[in-house]
Amino acid sequence: MPGIIRSIAVGLFAFAALTPPGTSAEVTLSGFLQQNTAFNTVTENPDGRHYKWLEERAQLKLDATGGAWRVLLKGEVAYDHLGRQDESELREGYVDYAARNWDLRAGRQVITWGLGDLVFVNDVFPKDHEALFAGRPLEYLKRGVDAVKLGVYPGLASFELVVAPTFRESRTPDPNRFWLFDPLPAVTNRTTVKPEQGDAGLRVYRDIAGYDAAMYLYRGFHRTPSMRPDSMLAPTKITYFYPKLFIYGASLSGRAGGGVLNLEAAFYDSRQDRSGSDFTVPNSQTRVLVGYQIQPVEDLSLNFQYYAERMHAYDSYRGALPAGFPAEKRVNHYFTARATQLLQHQTLRLSVYASYNASNGDYFVTPELRYSFTDHLWGAVGANFFGGKPWGQFGQLSQNDNVYLQLRHEF
Amino acid sequence: MKRWWIWIVAGLLPLQALALSGEEAMKKSQAAFLYPGKDFKARVVMKLINKDGQERLRELTMLRKNAGEPGGDQKYFMYFFQPADVKDMTFMIHKYPARDDDRWLFVPAINMVKRIAAQDKRSSFVGSDFTYEDVSGRDIEDDNHIIEREEKVGNRDCYVVKSTPKGTDADFGHKVTWVDKANFLPLKEEQYDKRGNRYKLFTADEVTDIKAFPTAIKRTMKNLQTGHRTEVAYIKTDYDLGIEDSLFSERYLRQPPRKWID
Repeated sequence: MPGIIRSIAVGLFAFAALTPPGTSAEVTLSGFLQQNTAFNTVTENPDGRHYKWLEERAQLKLDATGGAWRVLLKGEVAYDHLGRQDESELREGYVDYAARNWDLRAGRQVITWGLGDLVFVNDVFPKDHEALFAGRPLEYLKRGVDAVKLGVYPGLASFELVVAPTFRESRTPDPNRFWLFDPLPAVTNRTTVKPEQGDAGLRVYRDIAGYDAAMYLYRGFHRTPSMRPDSMLAPTKITYFYPKLFIYGASLSGRAGGGVLNLEAAFYDSRQDRSGSDFTVPNSQTRVLVGYQIQPVEDLSLNFQYYAERMHAYDSYRGALPAGFPAEKRVNHYFTARATQLLQHQTLRLSVYASYNASNGDYFVTPELRYSFTDHLWGAVGANFFGGKPWGQFGQLSQNDNVYLQLRHEF
Repeated sequence: MKRWWIWIVAGLLPLQALALSGEEAMKKSQAAFLYPGKDFKARVVMKLINKDGQERLRELTMLRKNAGEPGGDQKYFMYFFQPADVKDMTFMIHKYPARDDDRWLFVPAINMVKRIAAQDKRSSFVGSDFTYEDVSGRDIEDDNHIIEREEKVGNRDCYVVKSTPKGTDADFGHKVTWVDKANFLPLKEEQYDKRGNRYKLFTADEVTDIKAFPTAIKRTMKNLQTGHRTEVAYIKTDYDLGIEDSLFSERYLRQPPRKWID
């Protein structure tokens, strides 16, 4: 809490100092109060509690603009009933400077690349998978990165360069709250080693014949950790680490046959183990996404996606995998569908998202009903259902089905 | 005296020139209502009012730029102030009269720009009683237009134009528009369903000149079947501001420039 207040104070001071005299600054303050609860529907948590999430949260957002400068600070304080102490955070806090053909954003910021709906091909930025599975509002899916983003717009194309001096990982579900697959449950001595370097990404985009085309480059690390035991025969310690990763990708989006067609692909170059002979490091991969979105009738939209991941050094991977460890398929095919219906002058929204992995039978289904009681108060009720193989991405979560409530008053 | 017929023809000429076709009237009306100026900016306050009188507010800045002549391509940029859960959202439309629009939405919560499917120009604009077509125009060529009569709306002389869709896929039967004879603004419009029942009523409630362009700064669309209505006020309306083409881009969708959205 004091950290956030200090950040806001520093931001205000910086803004006041940077605004040239004579320019009028425009300052807006807004925020919300929120209640968020997720009940288990299958079984209690590993720590014995009945809730996946139970918290009250307040956000204060300060947005100040003067001339070419802008400061945005979004701080949150939260009270978690399940015992976490560190839920207050600076969600975003940055300074913008905009010139005619370029702009700069420095500070903690949320960045989203690519076209996928809960499928990530070129969106290399940190996520909060726990938030998604614990029924928190959608914005918590993304974590901010502490970075400098430079945008250059020479006309030929637009360039966006993101440089982060420190690496920020994705948040994975907490094993105290979520039942997760663990190949070595007896080993309790565990440590995490984060990369000491930062990471960098470049996106280049422009219009090509009415289509939005983009190219992506990333040089950094996997956002979710890999685990390495100190010994395969008698492991006593597990080290979590973030393997080195380069990504080369592209995307295309445009109108086709009355809907919107999204195409995206990327090559994941697993730099720490290009031969694929280290089973603890993810294999190099090709990822492909095809999405199609239509609006068949008023206020109903449908989005279908096909997504595939293909391992490059599959034979080496299988050769190196110790006995007893579950084997991944060479190719994983996913199908996802989302239907969203708006009703009552778009104040009531019914939506359902489903993802199915045709290679191993994994699935994730999340229906939601959201209603705006007034222009300042909305509530949502929804659920997360998981199933499939006990070690699959969603199958391992099958004991974690939950029903969630979100209530937010915005001011 | 042999040329007496010339005088008769000459006497008829002004009448010929004045006899406007229904299509011409609607073209001029669209030019006056949706295309005035090279560009346009307004703060739009929409009140969505249900039959019990409960109100919801939608507030946005709307910017428009014409690519060329009235009836041609247009670009729209919208920035939302209210309701609170869509604050900072931006929305861009590239409108092409003869084909589907391109639409992009910026979702600030996850900082994502996405294209959205836009097959149906007749769908509701932000939940209001106005459709996208009501906001940005329906293709003149989609309907047959006939001037049925002339009539006053208030103290203004109007053409009364009946427009009937040429195809069978339209979701309405026909509409009747009262077009001001002097400035060609639509002052009133009734939409009828396929069974011939009147179901929507548009009225231009206040018209004022801004930079010599007559502008309906207050307007209402009422759904006569549900009793729901939407009242719209244009404040800070202005024309010919020199809005650059570059505004209508992903860069500014993500970071809308304050000078255009205040």
